[in-house]
Amino acid sequence: MTIGLEHYLILSAIIFSIGLYGALAKHNAIVILMSIEIMLSAVNIALVAFSRYIVPTELTGQVFALFAMAIAAAETAVGLAIIIAIYRNKETIDANKIDLMKW
Amino acid sequence: MQNNFVWLIFLLPLLSFAVVSLILKPMFKAKPKLVGYVTIAAVSASFVLSIIVLFKLLSASNHELIVPEINWVFIQNGVTMRLGLMVDSLTGIMLIVVTMVSLMVQIYSQGYMKDDPGYHRYYAVMSLFTAAMLGLVMANSLLLAFIFWELVGLCSYLLIGFWFHKPSAANAAKKAFIVTRIGDFGFLAAIILLYSHTGTFNIAELQGMAVSGMLAGSVLTWAAIGIFAGAIGKSAQFPLHVWLPDAMEGPTPVSALIHAATMAAAGVFLVARTYPLFEHSAAALQTVGIIGGFTAIFAASIALVQNDIKRVLAYSTISQLGYMMLGLATGGVAVGIFHLFNHAFFKALLFLGAGSINHATQTFDMREMGGLRKAMPKTFATFLIGAASLAGLWPLSGFWSKDAILSNALDKQPLLFVLVLITVFMTAFYMFRVVFLTFGGTYRGKEQHLHESAPVMTIPLIVLAVMAVGSGLFNITGGFSSFFGVGETHNVIQGLFGIFTEPLPWISLILAGSGIFLAYAIYSRKWISAESPGKIFSPLYKLFYHRYWIDEFYEGIIVKKVLMGGLFKAAHFFDSKIIDGGINTFMIQKVIVGNFFTGLFAFDKRGVDGAVNGVAGTTLAAGKTIRKAQTGQLQFYGLVIGLGIIVLIVSIFIFSRV
Amino acid sequence: MGQVIAFWVLAVAVISAALGVVLLKNVFRAAILLITCFLGVAGLFILLNADFLAAMQILIYIGAISILVILAIMLTRELSIGSPSNKFQIPALIIAALFCCGIIWAILNTNWQISNVAPAAVTTSGLADRLFGKDGFILPVEIIPTVLLATILGAIVLVKDKKK
Repeated sequence: MTIGLEHYLILSAIIFSIGLYGALAKHNAIVILMSIEIMLSAVNIALVAFSRYIVPTELTGQVFALFAMAIAAAETAVGLAIIIAIYRNKETIDANKIDLMKW
Repeated sequence: MQNNFVWLIFLLPLLSFAVVSLILKPMFKAKPKLVGYVTIAAVSASFVLSIIVLFKLLSASNHELIVPEINWVFIQNGVTMRLGLMVDSLTGIMLIVVTMVSLMVQIYSQGYMKDDPGYHRYYAVMSLFTAAMLGLVMANSLLLAFIFWELVGLCSYLLIGFWFHKPSAANAAKKAFIVTRIGDFGFLAAIILLYSHTGTFNIAELQGMAVSGMLAGSVLTWAAIGIFAGAIGKSAQFPLHVWLPDAMEGPTPVSALIHAATMAAAGVFLVARTYPLFEHSAAALQTVGIIGGFTAIFAASIALVQNDIKRVLAYSTISQLGYMMLGLATGGVAVGIFHLFNHAFFKALLFLGAGSINHATQTFDMREMGGLRKAMPKTFATFLIGAASLAGLWPLSGFWSKDAILSNALDKQPLLFVLVLITVFMTAFYMFRVVFLTFGGTYRGKEQHLHESAPVMTIPLIVLAVMAVGSGLFNITGGFSSFFGVGETHNVIQGLFGIFTEPLPWISLILAGSGIFLAYAIYSRKWISAESPGKIFSPLYKLFYHRYWIDEFYEGIIVKKVLMGGLFKAAHFFDSKIIDGGINTFMIQKVIVGNFFTGLFAFDKRGVDGAVNGVAGTTLAAGKTIRKAQTGQLQFYGLVIGLGIIVLIVSIFIFSRV
Repeated sequence: MGQVIAFWVLAVAVISAALGVVLLKNVFRAAILLITCFLGVAGLFILLNADFLAAMQILIYIGAISILVILAIMLTRELSIGSPSNKFQIPALIIAALFCCGIIWAILNTNWQISNVAPAAVTTSGLADRLFGKDGFILPVEIIPTVLLATILGAIVLVKDKKK
């Protein structure tokens, strides 16, 4: 069987869903961040797959994925900085305990 | 002929009043005398102008000067209020009287009112008074005359109550104003009555109407009586005489100016001014005569027994004003005004002399005086001349005018003639009683140093004494009467001595002489003791001494019982019970209506507000519930986002396929 | 043929690594599995003829981000909460499953227009051309460094020692 676009896309969807579950269902803030990275990676796969199968010569998806990677890196850095700052103030990195914006 | 300068006579004192009260007041502390100089300068100028006016009048036709009028107020329908001056022989004489006496008094006041803290106020109000009096004598319409009439009354109030911190002075001022007001009410009623019948205020026109008969009958009589009522008030005739003796609380120069020479004479002037109205109403003229004659003897009787020198002079003034009224009623304008002319000078002289005595002895009570003729020779001489003139001794001025009145009274009102004749005796007696008590005998008082007054005070006395001697001589050749268009002229000798061909002057002279002699006997030689007439005639004495109890009657019964007890109480009752009661019932109605509105208001409050509040409450409750969604937990939000995305994806996909 | 096997192996590896990340209690082990996941993704990029991108994936994700994550784990080590699941476990599972099914259903029902052109063997020049060439994505290329600068500054400010 040849590997078509759908395979890659379904794979991407599954990985994304796993990441989504992790982001929503975990206490540890760092684990949530890791799950977000997984989600971003899944999206990159989908982008590159689109690029390879629909417009191979134009490499549009790859350019997009490149930018997404750069931004993901930046976002991770800031996120971790925030977590460390919160940890300093609150002595916890439990996402459920950080609810200052509660009504 | 341009006669506009006549306005200046009235305007100069008015201007000096304004200057003194507004401009000079701040400078007063630095230069107190400046105030006096300004006002004296103004009055002197007015005096000079008055003399010019008099000379012009003498040569003018009909003895009248025409002064152009000024349009003052322009009301619709062609009614214009015009300001104008009426300058005729009456005006000319009055101008001289007012300006000369005012000038003398103001010069005298430089000495008398020296060091008084109210100096500038005194001169300011005096200037205003002079201006008002001059305006009164020159006014050509009754309305204008009334305005100045009231202004004169106001200045009198201010000057009587000059030392206002003294309760007696304040009360006297109040009494003067209120009593004259009663008379003024009559005057105003007369003015309105005349206007409603004739449509004019102009005096000349009214005079013409009276002469031609357009104004006649009861209208004329009531109008004339109303005008005379004003005169009764201002000229202190019975029954409105009570204010004048009390007005002696003011400074003596004030008494000299206002209550002897000018304001008191304003009533006489008013009757003279509107004389044609009186002439053509026999009843009014009769009234004038009767009241005048009665007042003359009435006041003289009271003056017999007073101890205060100024009170004697005050009652003497009232008495002489009665003479003038009688003179107007029986002899016409010339006779009455001639006596006014003479009286102004010698009465002012007497008052100023009394002030000079006061400066030396610090009292007005004659029982504490005596023997002053050695210490104050000038005052004594001038006072004596004034007293003799008042008593009516030939050839002094008082003799001529009194004689004229007596002879006319004999012709027209015999009964009154008798009363007045008795008054001659009384006048001589009380006047010389004063002379002997103050200047004769030995000093009974407590002052250590008795000295003559300063020249600034004695010079006016001398000038007035000259006038007291000579003012009667104006009619020697009948000049005064012919100035008023009556009587005949004769030469000097005939005038001076021809009088003795009549019996009447002899009788009056004898009466005067006997009065003087009696005073001499009692007070100088003490042949009869002073108390014995009092014991013999003791009921009469009591009556006179207590001034017929009229003051007590007015205050005790009329003011306290009738007015306060009766009228005012009734008014108060009416006001509180009826008017307030009416308002209260009205308020009850309002309350009933108010309750209805309260019900509406409550409905509005609960219903409408309830709805509004309900909405707010619902919002709040909803908010409370929905708020719970804000858990502050990131993952909860993420869950909801995820749910949303799913819904979005499915719906987009479905609808794009359709 | 080799591509098919490679794909399936890589696919299984990535999925299991991802599952490991979200399900393991030990955070450190989750971090290591994250690295494994990224390696798998890099392999998948190579299968898709995105060689440059695969290299970037390893450099950026494994070389920087994973190190950063491990650093953060080490800094917050005292806490022994590990990586438990919270109360949203079931709802998250449902949402994730629903999402997955929805996407897959959408994928399977879309008419993809597959192109038959053979992809380039080396993509670097092509990418360079796309980025810096005529009508290229030069703007994002310039913006991204600005973003990175802001990120660096922000991160420094956030974790700066404020006790002066």
